[in-house]
Amino acid sequence: MQEFLQNLLNGIAAGSIYALIALGYTMVYGILKLINFAHGDVFMLGSFMGFYGAGVYARMTGQTGAPQPSWVMAAIILIASMAICAFFGFLNERIAYRPLRNAPRIASLITAIGVSFLLEYGGQFVFGPDPKFFPQLVEKHLLNIGGISTTNYQLIVLVVALFFMALLQYIVYGTKFGRAMRAVSYNFETASLMGIPTDRIIVTTFAIGSALAAVAGILNGLVYPKIDPLMGVMPGLKAFVAAVLGGIGNVPGAMLGGLIIGVIEAFVGGSRFSQFRDAIAFVILIVILLFRPSGLFGKYQAEKV
Amino acid sequence: MKRMPWYLRDLLYLATVVVVLLGVQYLLERSADYYPAMRYYHRILVLMGINIILAVSLNIINGHAGQFSLGHAGFMAVGAYFSAWLTLFYFGPYVDKLPESSQFIAQNVLLLIAVLIAGLVAAIAGYLVGLPSLRLRGDYLAIVTLGFGEIIRVIILNVEKIGAARGLSGIPAWSNFFWVFFFVVIVVIVSVRLVSSSVGRAFLAVREDQIAAEAMGVDTTRYKVKAFIIGSFFAGAAGGLFAHYTPAYLNPQMFTFIKSFEVIAMVVLGGLGSISGSILAAIILTFLPEGLRAAKDVLHMTKDPRMVIYSIMLITLMLTRPQGLLGRRELWDVLARRKDSIPKEKRDEGNADDKLDRDAGPPVT
Amino acid sequence: MKNRYLSLTVALLSLSLAGCPPKTETGGAAGKAATTGDIVVGEYGSLTGNQATFGTSTHNGITLAMEEVNGSGGVLGRQIKVITEDDQSKSEEAASAVTKLIAQNSVVAVLGEVASSSSMAAAPVCQSNKIPMISPSSTNPDVTKKGDFIFRMCFIDTYQGPVMAEYLVNTLKVKRVALLTDNRSDYSRGLGEAFAGRFKQLGGSIVITQSFSQGDSDFRSQLTAIKGANVEVLYVPGYYNDIGQIASQARDLGMTMPLAGGDGWESPKLIEIGGKALEGCFYSNHYYAEDPTPEVRNFVEKYKKRFDNQMPDALAALGYDAAKVLADSIKRAGKTDGPALRDAIAQTKGFQGVTGAITLGPDRNPVGKKIVIVGIQNGRLALRSTIDPNAQAAPVAAHATTAPSDTTGTTATH
Repeated sequence: MQEFLQNLLNGIAAGSIYALIALGYTMVYGILKLINFAHGDVFMLGSFMGFYGAGVYARMTGQTGAPQPSWVMAAIILIASMAICAFFGFLNERIAYRPLRNAPRIASLITAIGVSFLLEYGGQFVFGPDPKFFPQLVEKHLLNIGGISTTNYQLIVLVVALFFMALLQYIVYGTKFGRAMRAVSYNFETASLMGIPTDRIIVTTFAIGSALAAVAGILNGLVYPKIDPLMGVMPGLKAFVAAVLGGIGNVPGAMLGGLIIGVIEAFVGGSRFSQFRDAIAFVILIVILLFRPSGLFGKYQAEKV
Repeated sequence: MKRMPWYLRDLLYLATVVVVLLGVQYLLERSADYYPAMRYYHRILVLMGINIILAVSLNIINGHAGQFSLGHAGFMAVGAYFSAWLTLFYFGPYVDKLPESSQFIAQNVLLLIAVLIAGLVAAIAGYLVGLPSLRLRGDYLAIVTLGFGEIIRVIILNVEKIGAARGLSGIPAWSNFFWVFFFVVIVVIVSVRLVSSSVGRAFLAVREDQIAAEAMGVDTTRYKVKAFIIGSFFAGAAGGLFAHYTPAYLNPQMFTFIKSFEVIAMVVLGGLGSISGSILAAIILTFLPEGLRAAKDVLHMTKDPRMVIYSIMLITLMLTRPQGLLGRRELWDVLARRKDSIPKEKRDEGNADDKLDRDAGPPVT
Repeated sequence: MKNRYLSLTVALLSLSLAGCPPKTETGGAAGKAATTGDIVVGEYGSLTGNQATFGTSTHNGITLAMEEVNGSGGVLGRQIKVITEDDQSKSEEAASAVTKLIAQNSVVAVLGEVASSSSMAAAPVCQSNKIPMISPSSTNPDVTKKGDFIFRMCFIDTYQGPVMAEYLVNTLKVKRVALLTDNRSDYSRGLGEAFAGRFKQLGGSIVITQSFSQGDSDFRSQLTAIKGANVEVLYVPGYYNDIGQIASQARDLGMTMPLAGGDGWESPKLIEIGGKALEGCFYSNHYYAEDPTPEVRNFVEKYKKRFDNQMPDALAALGYDAAKVLADSIKRAGKTDGPALRDAIAQTKGFQGVTGAITLGPDRNPVGKKIVIVGIQNGRLALRSTIDPNAQAAPVAAHATTAPSDTTGTTATH
C-alpha cells in the first residue's frame, strides 16, 4: 500500500509536468490543427533560460558561485523564462508558421520538425552538448508523510502546475480573449469575418503555449536538475501522446492525459516490466484510441480550444 | 517493326536496367582503385538509394492514399531485423559451407530472398497497423503509427536473440549498389504504375474526399490497408538492404521516430504525391548532412555547425516551396510543360494545391 | 496487370542468377600512402548528441597527445595531422564518418569511439579497408572481435564488472545487492551481467533487478521498488549524467545505501550533478586523476594548462594514451601502410600510459590493465583501491573470471 501511494505520488508529480507541456500541444492544435513538434524543445529552452537566468541573477546580486536559493529568485527566473519562451513562440509563429497559413497543413508540420531540429542542434551548438546542473532555486526539504517519502519540490511542482492549469482554464473560458480563441478554433474564416483578429489570436496562443512549456521546463529543472539540449525529445513525445489521449484540442483532456501517462509510467517503472516503460504510453494510447477514436474527451459535442 | 509481345518488352527493359546498374557498380568499384574518395561517394550513393526507397514507399501511403503515417522507421526496423536474423543464423552458415565457386551466386540469390521476405514480414506488420485506420483519421492515425514504430523498437530492444541494446553485428555484408538501386527501380515502377492503375485512382479518391469516394462505391478501408501493405513492403525491403550493407550492423537506436521524421520530411519536401519529388528530396536530404561536413573548415569554426545549417535549410526550403519542390507534379511533367503535353487532369491537380487547404486536412471533431 | 508483375519477378530472378559480375577484390590500400608531408590520422567521436561529453574529453586527450608528439618533432620526421569527424552519437553516422575519413582524407589510422555501438559500426569499415582502428574506451568485448585491425586501450566489461563484485564481497563483505541497468545501453547491460555473474559466484545475491532508459529523468518508481528490497549496495552501471539524478532521487526517497558503478560514471560533472547524494558511493575506473605516479601527474598538469584548468577524466586519459600508442607504433613501424601499422600496434608492450602499462594481447585487448576503485568523499574523488595485476607479476588475461580476487589490495584514502 505504501509503495502504491509512493508510486501514485511520483506519477502525479511527473504527470503534471507532462500535462503542462501537453497543454501547449493541444492549444496550438486546437486553433491551427498543427502538431507543433518543436514544442518539446521549447520546454528544453525554458529550462536553459532558467539555468542562465539563475547565473545572471547571481551575478547581478553580487553572489559568487551557485546562487543562494530564494523564493524571489525563483519567481523572477520563472517569469523571465516564461517571457523569453513566449517571445520565442511569437517569433516561431511569425517566421516559421504564418507564411504557411495558406499552404497545405503538412508543410507547417515539416517546418515544425525543422524548428525542432534547429533547437536541438542549435542548442548543442550554443549551450554545448554536455548536461548542465540546474541550480536549486528554493531550499530543498525532505518530507515524510505516513511512510511516503517526498520533497517539497514535488509539492511545489504540483501546486505551480495546478495554478497554471487553472489560470489557463480561466483564460480560455472566462475571458474575452478566450472566447475569441475558441471562435477561431471553431471556425477560422467565420471568426475573421466576425471581426476577430485571427492572426493576433493565433500568435498569442503560441506565446501562451510556449510560456507554459517554460513553466514545465523550470519545474522539471527543479525536480530533475540535469538539463541538456536533447532533454525535450522524450517528454515532448510523451506529452504529445498525453494530448492525443485526452482528445487533442481539449484543455482538460490534455491535463488528464498528462496525469494518466505519468501515473501509468510510474507503476510500470516500479514493476517487473520496467524495461518496457517507454512503450507503455503508446500501448495505452492505442488501446484507448481503438475504443474512443478521438481520445477521452474528444467528442463531437465537446467544445474545442 | 513488328510490335514485341509485352513480356519480351518488359524483359528487355529490365535487362537493360540490370546491365546499366551492373556497369555502374563495376565502375564504382574500379574507380576506387584510382580515386579512393570514390568509396565515400559510393557509400553516400547507396544510402541515398535506401532513402529513395523509403521516401517513395512512404509517398504511396502519405502522398497517394493520403494516410498520414509516422511509423516508417518501425517497418524498416522489422524488415532489417528479420532479414538480418535470417542471413545471420541460417543463410550465412549455409553459404559458408558451399564451395567457393558457387558462394557468390548463392549470396546474391539469398540476399534477394532475404530482402523479399523482409518486405513480406514488414507488409504483414503494415497490414496490422493499417487496420486501425479503419477507425482513426488524420492526426490520430499519425500518432498511432508513430506509437507502433516506437513499440516495435522497444520490443527489439528487449529481445536478446537479435542483440537487444548491444545491436546485431556480424550480418553478412552482401548488399551493394546494384541491389539497392535494383529495388529503387522496382519501387519507382510499382509506384508509377500504381498511379495510373485502378488501385491508384482509388487511392486518390480516398485522399481527396473519403466520403465521396465511399459514395462512389470505393471500398475505402480496403484501399487504405492496401496502401499500408505496399508502402511497408518496400520499407521492409529497404531495411533488409540497409541491414546487409557495410558495416552490416543494426542497433535499435537507428530506428527511432526521428528516422520516420526524416523520411516524411523527404516526402513533403519533394511534394506530397510526387514520385520524382520524393526521389529528388531524398537525394538532397541525404547529401546535405554529408556535404555540410566541409562547412566547419570553410567557416573556420571549432564547433561543427553542419546540423544547424541542415535544419535551417530544411525550414527555408519548406517556407519557399510550401507545396514541395515539385508540388504534385512529376519531374517529367515539369520538363514536358514547354511542349504543352501535360495531361489536363494533371495540371488541375497541380493547381489544386494552391487553394487553401485548411479544411481539407483530416477533421478531428 | 498481375501477369506483368509476375513477369517482372521471373525476369528479376533469372537475371540475378546469371548476370552478376565476377567477384572483385575490394579493400586494401585505400590510397597510396604518401611518404612525405603530414601523416594524416582520423578521429571520429560523439562531439554532439547524447554522449557528447565523452567524445569531447576523448578529443581533448587526443589533441593534447598529438600536439606533444608534433612539438617534439613528430614521427618519422613528419608531423601528425588529426582530422576529426562528428558522428552525433549515432552508430550509422559513425560508419559514414569513418568511410569519409578513410576514402576522402586517406588517413593511415583511425582513433575512436567511446560508445561501443559506434565502434562496432565503424570497425567493419576499417577492417575491410585495412586501416587500423584504436578505440580508446569502448569496453564491450565484441568490438575487437571485428577483425585484426581493431584494437582498444581500455579494459573490457567482463573484467571491470567482476573486479567490482570481488571488491564488494571480499573487501566490503556485502551480500545483498540491487541492480539497476540502463536498458538502452549495451554498455550498461553488458557490465551489469558481468558483475552479476561474478557476484553470484562469490555467494552474493542480486535481490532485485530494475531498468531505466538513458535520458529518463524520473527514477523514483524503480527506486521505490528497490527500497522495499532492503539491499546493502545498489549497483548502477550507467553513465554519469543519469547517476547524479538516480543518487539524489534515492536520497529523496530516504534510501541511504551506497551506489556503485563502472567507468561510465567518470566525469567532472558527476559530482556537480549528484552533489551530496553521492557521498560514500564508488565506481571502478581506468585511472585516478590524483594518482601520485609521474605519468598521471604530468598528464593532469599539461591537460589543465591546455584546457582552461579543466580536470581530465578517464576518457581524456584514454584518448591521450590511444594517440600516444598510435604515434609510438608509427615510429616503430617506420612506415604508415595499414598492415605494417597493424603489426606495430599489435606488438605494443609495456607502454607506460597514463592509465597504466599497456600491453596488447593476442585478442588486441590490453592485458592485465590496472583498475582503480574511486570513491566520493567530502564532495571529491578519493582513491579507494588499486588493482594492478602487473604489480603482482601475475599474468592475468583480460578475462572475466580469471582476475584473481587477492589482487584487491592497497586501500588508500585521501
